[in-house]
Amino acid sequence: MSIEKYTRSFLKEVEERVEEGHWVKMCMQCGVCAGSCPLGPHWEHTPQKIFMMIRAGKREEVLSSDSMWMCTSCYQCIVRCPRKLPITHIMHGLAYLAKREGLAPKNQPTAQFGQLFWDNLTKTGRVNELKLSLGMYFKDGFSQGIKNAMAMQSVGLGMMKAKRLSPMEIMGGHGVKDKSGFQAMLKKARELEDSRRKLA
Amino acid sequence: MAKKQYSFYPGCSSQSGASSSNYLTSTNSMVNLLDVTLNEIPDWNCCGASIGYAGGGELPRIALSARNLALSEQHNPGQEVVATCAACWLATREAKERLDHSATLLAETNEALKEAGLVFKNEAPPARHMVEVLIEDIGYETLKSGVKKPLEGIKFAGYVGCQTNRPFGIDGESFENPMYLDRMVESMGGEAITNYDQKVTCCGGALAFSEPEKSQKQIHDIIESAYDHGADMIVTPCPLCQANVEIYQGEVNKRYGKKFNIPVTYYSQLITVAYGGSSKDAGLDGQIIRATRLEDIANK
Repeated sequence: MSIEKYTRSFLKEVEERVEEGHWVKMCMQCGVCAGSCPLGPHWEHTPQKIFMMIRAGKREEVLSSDSMWMCTSCYQCIVRCPRKLPITHIMHGLAYLAKREGLAPKNQPTAQFGQLFWDNLTKTGRVNELKLSLGMYFKDGFSQGIKNAMAMQSVGLGMMKAKRLSPMEIMGGHGVKDKSGFQAMLKKARELEDSRRKLA
Repeated sequence: MAKKQYSFYPGCSSQSGASSSNYLTSTNSMVNLLDVTLNEIPDWNCCGASIGYAGGGELPRIALSARNLALSEQHNPGQEVVATCAACWLATREAKERLDHSATLLAETNEALKEAGLVFKNEAPPARHMVEVLIEDIGYETLKSGVKKPLEGIKFAGYVGCQTNRPFGIDGESFENPMYLDRMVESMGGEAITNYDQKVTCCGGALAFSEPEKSQKQIHDIIESAYDHGADMIVTPCPLCQANVEIYQGEVNKRYGKKFNIPVTYYSQLITVAYGGSSKDAGLDGQIIRATRLEDIANK
């Protein structure tokens, strides 16, 4: 199924392809979400604006914006929304769609970190914090990685001294026993969702 | 036999050598002292946390929680799932809520679970946070009655944060000014700073890592207000709040020209110490900024 059929109605696309997207039409443009967000000043378009842009069909502008990636998942917008829109989840869903459509901004740090996190946890079933940190430091190459790691050296050493970061995790670390079942489950879940949401 | 049994979901950050291993240490001590038994869900997996959305999408994330719930139904039948981590609790509750509301998601989730030889029957009530066990199943008065070493003279800024408070929160508490953490502090004989105005401010979550320039202001405000209110230490129910507010103090100091150096503890550490546990039982050796006033009481 081609994406073209949606271009006339971005709202319809969001309703069908985005997590909790069917709520978007309920927004009454009060702006409480925009005023409640801890990272509000850093959003190119606030959630309030994004909802209106979706209804105005501004597909490219919404999905290529780095706005949704500012969400810290604090849920302040959800509990304050007078229309009870699950705004946090819609922002997550839009960000995910943007990524799957290849429209998310290149080198967006939270998009990169989110993918590293997912790859990290799906590898063994549990998060390996050491590899996650190193992955983030070294995402822009080796020399930048060394610089990043050096800059955060005192944080890392403090964590190790308190036994809250283990150099042994590099050897593999924690994980689920039924790794193959775990990974087969996720593979199936992705296939099913991709097919229902028409994600390539 | 212990009074209360729960199916326990400890979460990734609680594991040995991970960022909140001292939370688990103190939780284990605390539940022993309170005669509560936690039966770990065998082979539990990561909940996907909040930031998992970027790589995971909706159904794979729900499948993560459903696998844990299915394992709990199978191995700890009839027991409520209890989590100590805010994100674990939230993801587990959220997944069940979605599955309760969508037959499509439930069918697809079970199709995915079949690949792991599991089935989610959706028999158990929603997952609970350890705080709910303490204040609802045990209660403030009972908690107070077991105190051996009151935390006298220590002023605590109760930093509730986001995900233990929103979107589900604790029954009977407001999202804007929840009081349960203050009441827990008071039950332990400590002094709660009830007008601490940053108690539900976001620490930045995962963005403390990916967007430090943008999110360190959050951490700064949380700590500065604790100082302004005369706090000796901060106490929190969330492992990511704890980590972000404790470990980045040096970075925040550099960025804002401050000299912050305030301990950030867990409620489970307070209860363990007040109930007569040692510093080690309370995981106080896991603090990067030592909670010396708590250690002094523990060592008395």
